[in-house]
Amino acid sequence: MPMLTLADLGVLRSVSHDDGRVVATITPTYAGCPALDAMRADLAEKLADFGEVEVRVSLTPPWTTDLISDEGRRKLAEAGVAPPEHIGPRTTGPVALTLAPPEKRVECPRCGSADTAVLSRFGPTACTALVRCRVCREPFEHMKDI
Amino acid sequence: MDADDNVYDALAAADHDGRWAHGAGFDESVVEVTAPAPDGVDTEDLAAYCLMLADDALVGSQRLSEWATHAPELEEEVALANIALDLLGQARVLLARAGHLGAAERFRVAGRASEATGDGRAHDDEDVLAYFRDDRFFRNVTLAEIDLGDFAQTMAWMLVFSSWRLGLMTRLRGSADPVLAAVATKAVPELAYQREYAAGWVLRLGDGTELSHVRMQAGLDAVWPFVEEIFGAHAVETRLVEAGVAVDPAALRADVDADLEQVLPVATLTRPERPAVGLVGGRGGRDGVHTEALGPVLAVMQSLARAHPEATW
Repeated sequence: MPMLTLADLGVLRSVSHDDGRVVATITPTYAGCPALDAMRADLAEKLADFGEVEVRVSLTPPWTTDLISDEGRRKLAEAGVAPPEHIGPRTTGPVALTLAPPEKRVECPRCGSADTAVLSRFGPTACTALVRCRVCREPFEHMKDI
Repeated sequence: MDADDNVYDALAAADHDGRWAHGAGFDESVVEVTAPAPDGVDTEDLAAYCLMLADDALVGSQRLSEWATHAPELEEEVALANIALDLLGQARVLLARAGHLGAAERFRVAGRASEATGDGRAHDDEDVLAYFRDDRFFRNVTLAEIDLGDFAQTMAWMLVFSSWRLGLMTRLRGSADPVLAAVATKAVPELAYQREYAAGWVLRLGDGTELSHVRMQAGLDAVWPFVEEIFGAHAVETRLVEAGVAVDPAALRADVDADLEQVLPVATLTRPERPAVGLVGGRGGRDGVHTEALGPVLAVMQSLARAHPEATW
């Protein structure tokens, strides 16, 4: 998702600069996200001008789509990717299994219609689902709320 | 094309210490894995437990990836690959944690890897444990290694496996080990998603056509003999439950039962009554006693790394 910065995505946790040494901490979106290495490499390259770079990957606190900034959500929608809903604090208890499809539908990022249907819960990347708009008939990606 | 636009070029340029896993240059997958075992927790036990949970995910992931280019529809192929990738992500961190706690040394795989590569490095990382460990040192439950059969059987397998692992990870979020707690916290929403996907297909196929119903029931029947083993506690798990680190597998039976009770009647499927297999003299996958299914899975997974040690791409 080249339209987003790592900060927009909420993946960049911190950057500190001390005596010619730069330490940046990022967190993976999904534990198995294959883009993590590319993010790490890109970040190291961009920071190289500021000194010796160390990019750390940390799991805590875990990433959720709630960390995507408002600016990030705007850029996603602009690029035709329906942004995730805010999900709020996570439950610490058991997770219930729901068999019925969710009542709330994703809004089409192209025409704004809410008359959409999920084509596949797994899109071209781990973080997106494939949805189709019934009004403008266009398929689009939806960044899953996770 | 600008070199910056090519993700592979960017990877190669940024780190020359390439490795097998994702072809990336991780010494440690995440910073948390270097934390010492919590006070009063036996390091060997913790390493073994990390390996158990890692191997369940790693072997299950490898099995699911067999569907690549074989799934009934492109969408399902992408879904299965994504789910396999989620499990691989969990396995990587857990393997790195086990390696940091000395698992590679214990199973003598570090020496084997050094011999293969001739570079004398420490080799205590995730790749060594994944690629240079023989089948009897894998600690996964046998459910993780069985042949997944047709798509219906794969969905039956996934419903049980994800329900069980979700229950485990839900409880493990409170583990006294910070790495296990962190892995579990990330894994819960991923596994909830997997379970919903599997439940949806079990429902659709079970309550579908006459043929799909027959095959869905057959798939569930085929998986069933391997289910009992996943609720049994290994001595390592029992000790770590007392230390507040691990989850008692017996507690997960209620979770799996509740999910099956919700799905099976709606899917018009019958809960199988078939004798359990998987334990030999009381020993099972957690002791390294596996079915004949594991060898071929590992052969596919390990052969490239063993033939070309330290190859990168």
